[in-house]
Amino acid sequence: MKVLNIVEAAYRGTLEEQDDTIVWICHAMKGANADIDVLLRGNAVNYAVKAQDASGLSFGGARQTQPPQLAADLVKLKAKGVKIFLVEDALRERGIEAGELIEGVDLVARAELAKLFGKYEQVWHW
Amino acid sequence: MDKYLLIESRDPFDSQVVARQYELAVNLVKEGNQVTLFLVQNGVLSARRGGQSELLTRAAGAGVQVLADDFSLRERGITPNRLAQGVKAASLSVVIDQLAEGRKAIWH
Amino acid sequence: MATTLTFALMDAPYENARSTTALRLIDLAVKRGFNVNVFAYEGAVYLPFAKQAQHANAVHGRTLEEENHPLPRAWIAALMKEAAAHDAKLDWVNCGLCVDERGAAEAIEGVRRGSPADFWNFAQNSRNTLVIGTK
Repeated sequence: MKVLNIVEAAYRGTLEEQDDTIVWICHAMKGANADIDVLLRGNAVNYAVKAQDASGLSFGGARQTQPPQLAADLVKLKAKGVKIFLVEDALRERGIEAGELIEGVDLVARAELAKLFGKYEQVWHW
Repeated sequence: MDKYLLIESRDPFDSQVVARQYELAVNLVKEGNQVTLFLVQNGVLSARRGGQSELLTRAAGAGVQVLADDFSLRERGITPNRLAQGVKAASLSVVIDQLAEGRKAIWH
Repeated sequence: MATTLTFALMDAPYENARSTTALRLIDLAVKRGFNVNVFAYEGAVYLPFAKQAQHANAVHGRTLEEENHPLPRAWIAALMKEAAAHDAKLDWVNCGLCVDERGAAEAIEGVRRGSPADFWNFAQNSRNTLVIGTK
């Protein structure tokens, strides 16, 4: 069974969780041999921006020692064989340029999403 | 041809992305699929005639079956005579029917 | 063989309408004799939290009994019973790491601890899967 996992909500609890929990669950499912790919839409396309840096948070004397590394997590997911799709229109609307992105992502136009969905048995929108 | 169930729980007054889900429904139909757009929770707010309801009427005109959860409608005081053209009230059990049918089901 | 549906839930109780709609769907499914799997992820691990307690409501002018405040854990327990009455099963798995970080280990009877591998296994062995994500 081939499943497309869609992430749209961005930076939701990512500092407390030290990752995006949907990217994380995709890693975990891939570890269980799931046949999955990921589509980032809306604000979640920003996860593919290389320059993200969430380091330096501290509360009182308690420092966060493992800040999220969202772009790196996507790179690792890609290395496991998961395709990472980004909605091209969402990038353009946000002024994100190609050179800012991690390598190896696939861009898909919003108007082509219907075709993309047809390639999967199920589509899970997290 | 695939069959899709798009469940829309959000409304276009709250977020621009909702109108994109309606467009997705229409594009899926254009690709030759059968599509139900099932509105639930605040997703039914756009089903009240006027406001943004034209988006739903257009989707229905393009071949999307547009249904609205009858409980969510009643909860928000949207009576049957106030529904936009092309939108029908329906029981939530339609979602279970279509899940059991094996439709590709996407909750937004 | 009975139809099996899987749901992935993410929302904690009392925060938005998604939790209630999810339970409405599960109610409809178990009443049809469908087996239902639930993978509770993130805040949803609090839905069957055993320590939920009712309270009175002074704003409404109601005593504890009169208020009869909904407790999702009670609704879930009732759904498990309903499933059994229809020779079906509601198999509720709480994501273990989500439970740990939230301190939500005390769940009602019938809820078990699991992982994303359980969710994938559920999905592979179900007629269909509906993911109800959070915002």
